[in-house]
Amino acid sequence: MENIDVKKINNVTWKIEKSGKMRVPVIIFASDILMKKIKQDRTLLQASNMATLPGVVKNIVVCPDAHEGYGACIGGVSAFDLDEGVVSPGEIGYDINCSVRLLRTNLTLNDIGKRKKEILHSLFRTIPSGVGRGSKMNLTKKDLDDVLREGAQWVVKKGYGFKDDYIHTEELGRMNGNPDNVSQKAKSRGIGQLGTLGAGNHFLEIQVVEKIFNSEIAKVFGLSEGQVTIMIHCGSRGLGHQVASDYIRLMEKKYRWPEQDRELVNAPIKSELGKKYLSAMACAANFAFANKQLITHWVREDLKHYFKDIKIDVVYDVCHNIAKFEKHFIDSKEKEVLIMRKGATRSFGPNREEIPEDYRNVGQPVLIPGTMGTSSYVLVGTSKAEEISFGSTAHGAGRVESRTRARKEIRAENVKSDLEKRGIDIEAGSFKGIAEEAPEAYKDIEEVIKVSHEAKIGKLVAKLRPVAVMKG
Amino acid sequence: MKFKFLPHTADIKFQAFGNSLEEVFENAAYALANIISRDKIKPKEKKIIKVRARDSESLLYDFLEEFLYLIDVGGFILSEIKNLKITSSSSVKNNKTLYNSELIAEVLGDSIENYNIEKDVKAITYNDMFIKKEKEKFICQVVVDV
Repeated sequence: MENIDVKKINNVTWKIEKSGKMRVPVIIFASDILMKKIKQDRTLLQASNMATLPGVVKNIVVCPDAHEGYGACIGGVSAFDLDEGVVSPGEIGYDINCSVRLLRTNLTLNDIGKRKKEILHSLFRTIPSGVGRGSKMNLTKKDLDDVLREGAQWVVKKGYGFKDDYIHTEELGRMNGNPDNVSQKAKSRGIGQLGTLGAGNHFLEIQVVEKIFNSEIAKVFGLSEGQVTIMIHCGSRGLGHQVASDYIRLMEKKYRWPEQDRELVNAPIKSELGKKYLSAMACAANFAFANKQLITHWVREDLKHYFKDIKIDVVYDVCHNIAKFEKHFIDSKEKEVLIMRKGATRSFGPNREEIPEDYRNVGQPVLIPGTMGTSSYVLVGTSKAEEISFGSTAHGAGRVESRTRARKEIRAENVKSDLEKRGIDIEAGSFKGIAEEAPEAYKDIEEVIKVSHEAKIGKLVAKLRPVAVMKG
Repeated sequence: MKFKFLPHTADIKFQAFGNSLEEVFENAAYALANIISRDKIKPKEKKIIKVRARDSESLLYDFLEEFLYLIDVGGFILSEIKNLKITSSSSVKNNKTLYNSELIAEVLGDSIENYNIEKDVKAITYNDMFIKKEKEKFICQVVVDV
């Protein structure tokens, strides 16, 4: 779209050199095919704008599934010096900790067999989804504060799950936040939404492990061919959206905004307001962790009716929209920086202390959901990613079609019957909504995964094929 | 034409039109309501919306965000806006001129449970947002995160 000079470094890597107000260059991981799509919208301009913020270090990273967002592009990763850097809600996203959890079961597709439709329907009835469908939990204000402080750990403490669940969650399902920094307005949006899936691109999917690419690592993650898995994709709902809006407003009152894009409004990491935002963001992230923990519990309860001896474990739970303090090598010195990932997955290799012990020798599981009806992938994080992408890789297929066009041209009924022909059942709150989530509206996930694997920023472990999907 | 939708890769972009600032705000709210549901919503319940901001863009942002808040908190969805008024004033503090805009509107609507809902709008954004006057007509553009 805009005329931005991007240079090809190798088959899967591109670079935008520093120019104008940019403080650092931009590195893009993409194939020729993906770069052509990335160039169709304002992704590269937004990545260049990210490179202008104070205290940004080394370079901006753009993941293979990148597309235009607001402020920062989706698939954009940036790192900031703790003394001179800033934190920007627009570089994290409104749906704070929009994230993915993968569950493994001791079932095979044969066990589910003909009851698949019935099971899907039962899950659809048990787990609230869609716009305006509220939580089954009756939280008091104090409960909500506890959720915001303790995340998935609070949910487990209340009897909805096991310690092992949050052990296999980034940040142990709990980031350091103080609920006093979350507005009443945000809390009132969240109090009725805990344990709800939401709508849009959020989903719960029953899958089968179709192919193992790396059996040694798949074994460590507890995955084997033919096994049934369940993937949950959701975020912090209205609470997280309100936290982002609240702090955008507070930051622009105090610091105005960068002329390139009002959405990149920010505050110094060291400032009172910057600290408060990070604390409120952590609370919203905890809400999202708690959300998936509750949904996990209901999945377990529900499936028990069908399979008495069912065993469901959390493989891992990864954040897609988040800021975290992490140690990285900058100019060959190890340094703590603030990493902001917007529509990107952490992809740490072996021996990082952030990874649960049972995975520490191999690296963390990276969960990349496909689009509705296409396969999802499990990758493993790499030391190479830590070197070249701040330990980050893609988070999904990445959109390509315009949503308004998708809405017109892809008919919901066709989407549904196409999926059913391929053996994928679907339950959705809004069948008009599913047209926009049709695979045609996204980039090719296989291409995204291929680039991640070839660039060595996330290596292939397993392919998961959907057999039943529930959408909000 | 009250509003129209424009192409966007990931989110939904619209423009709204009006003969006054008030009308363009109203039509932006109707565009937002149209994204959420295309059903004819009944004007059963009344709410008052009051927002204050330093400039017209943030006033529009906060005004539209109120509708997302009303959905999340009370399951309220918009049918009709009445008596929308915007007043602006300026004051001087520490040698700086501060602009203040205030918007008050009566909004009528119904419980979300009674309708087909198409989209969950996550948030209003400043991305590509503008409000301008062209040949005596007002026009605004908004991208919402879905």
